[in-house]
Amino acid sequence: MVPPGEPRSYYGQPVIAKPVWSKEIPLYFWVGGVAGASAPLALLASWRGNDELARRAQGAALAGAVISPVLLIKDLGKPQRFLNMLRVFKVTSPMSVGSWILSGFGAAVTLGAMREFTGLLPRLGRAGQYAGAVLGPGLATYTATLISNTAVPAWHDARDEMPFVFAASSLATAGGLATALTPSRSAAAARRLTVAGAAAELVLTEVVKRRLSERVGNAYHGGRPGQFLRAAEGLTGVGAVVVATSRGRRPAAIAGGLAVLAGGLLERWGIFRAGVASALDPTATVGPQRDRLNHREGRPTRYARSDGSTPSG
Amino acid sequence: MSTPELVTTFWPATYGEDAKSRMGFFTDTSVCIGCKACEVACKEWNGVPEDGLNQLGMSMDNTGGLGADTWRHVAFIEQRRPLDISDGAPEDLVAHASLRSLADRVDMPTHEMGDFRWLMSSDVCKHCTHAACLDVCPTGALFRTEFGTVVVQEDVCNGCGYCVPACPFGVLDQRQDDGRVWKCTMCYDRLKADQEPACAKACPTDSIQFGPLEQLRETAQARLEVVIEAGEKGASLYLGDPDDGVGGAGAFFLLLDEPEVYGLPPDPVAATRDLPDLWRTTALAAGALLAGVVAAVVGGRQ
Repeated sequence: MVPPGEPRSYYGQPVIAKPVWSKEIPLYFWVGGVAGASAPLALLASWRGNDELARRAQGAALAGAVISPVLLIKDLGKPQRFLNMLRVFKVTSPMSVGSWILSGFGAAVTLGAMREFTGLLPRLGRAGQYAGAVLGPGLATYTATLISNTAVPAWHDARDEMPFVFAASSLATAGGLATALTPSRSAAAARRLTVAGAAAELVLTEVVKRRLSERVGNAYHGGRPGQFLRAAEGLTGVGAVVVATSRGRRPAAIAGGLAVLAGGLLERWGIFRAGVASALDPTATVGPQRDRLNHREGRPTRYARSDGSTPSG
Repeated sequence: MSTPELVTTFWPATYGEDAKSRMGFFTDTSVCIGCKACEVACKEWNGVPEDGLNQLGMSMDNTGGLGADTWRHVAFIEQRRPLDISDGAPEDLVAHASLRSLADRVDMPTHEMGDFRWLMSSDVCKHCTHAACLDVCPTGALFRTEFGTVVVQEDVCNGCGYCVPACPFGVLDQRQDDGRVWKCTMCYDRLKADQEPACAKACPTDSIQFGPLEQLRETAQARLEVVIEAGEKGASLYLGDPDDGVGGAGAFFLLLDEPEVYGLPPDPVAATRDLPDLWRTTALAAGALLAGVVAAVVGGRQ
């Protein structure tokens, strides 16, 4: 018979379907995050007259805006139909909202880059930079909304934290890239961004892991996703310390910045893989739901947490 | 047209005069004999490609589960239940005890420790009242028909794959060589011609019943009472309640055990129910990101 506390299932088969997204999608989460946080960095640096930093951040935003659609279209089952994304605007679909954000962001940062690099159309370019600074944070965070708005337990149950994790990781990676690219004399703001973003990313990832029920949180601790996330923490933490202590030494700034950038990639990859792992585990779906039902009907809850506390959502 | 609890976001409102009754499936698993005629009829009528000739080694089920190429799936569950003494006559218990002591003496393994039963259930797309797949579809390929069902328009779907993890039942999947997602249409073409879906038509025991959802709900309630009266104390209706996490479903079930035993989620929720809160969280996170950049740039030397 079924041992106590072990949710029942149909021969151990998954209840929900495994996400079919390919590796381009977590890669896009990372690229979009770097680009999204680089856009406001470019505007603000330009505002303060730090053109060296502004140009590099604007370049990063533009590069991200060019790469992102390529990654997304490549993942589609019918790539030639990518324009169908812009057939409708649906607020119930974060992917629809995101497609429009990315389209607007692409146009905005292109105008901004024209201003930074060629000086042409300065007023339109500035407007583009403003638009990019508004759309960029949306681009960096809507991807968290997208994955949290699914039946995948490791993503849906972390929906209160996931947008903040993505925001923090975007700050850290945009800062890391700018730190690596910008001469030290102009990179103080980038270094501050890297260190603060990395610290927030580490703390928030820990919060996600701790707040999830055991049954669901396992996906973030165990197996390959757990290894990716531990590697992400290591790279992000060490990179941030190196950046913080680089004191104008370029090699250290470049190494530290790139480490934080790579840490952010592994972070998204680990979160993505944890979601896939939890989708494949029927007990991650059934356990918390059975507890929820039992709680409503006044029966003991014992499937999701060892302490018997009531699961949320 | 229909009782308020059966109304969905787009049906019947957006159809006006063209709205038809909301149609559905009531699957009464207590009379399912596991013949898989529904699986075959569905494939034949809808031209669904082969889904693998597998020996899965689990019960009598070699189909596995719903997917792009499996729109009906018959689950087979072999169960041993502890013997309820009050169920058997005393003579049986005497015979039982002597057989048992014999088995113990010769150390023979037996299956007499419990009653045995088969559970069989034909699974299908639930055509939810609050359908997460439809909500998240970024192209509008998934839509609500005039019958209140949920259908993928194959000429619009671009294979983004969002509906696949959005479905709380794991119904939708991407067809590998095609890239698009496919699922049960409740035989939309047959419905338009006033015909019942192929699976219901083929079902020899009327385990799959098709009709106006309102009517099916009444039939199901009456049947549940009969089944419980007959001794199936664990029987319940699954997805028949408009207050559940998917607002009740167009395809609902009479189950004899807990839903998870059949591979169904016990308390499914359309993820989009939580989306308004999630958008608020996202706005806060995006604001925090912007504030972080401002603090980093303004809060010190350049």
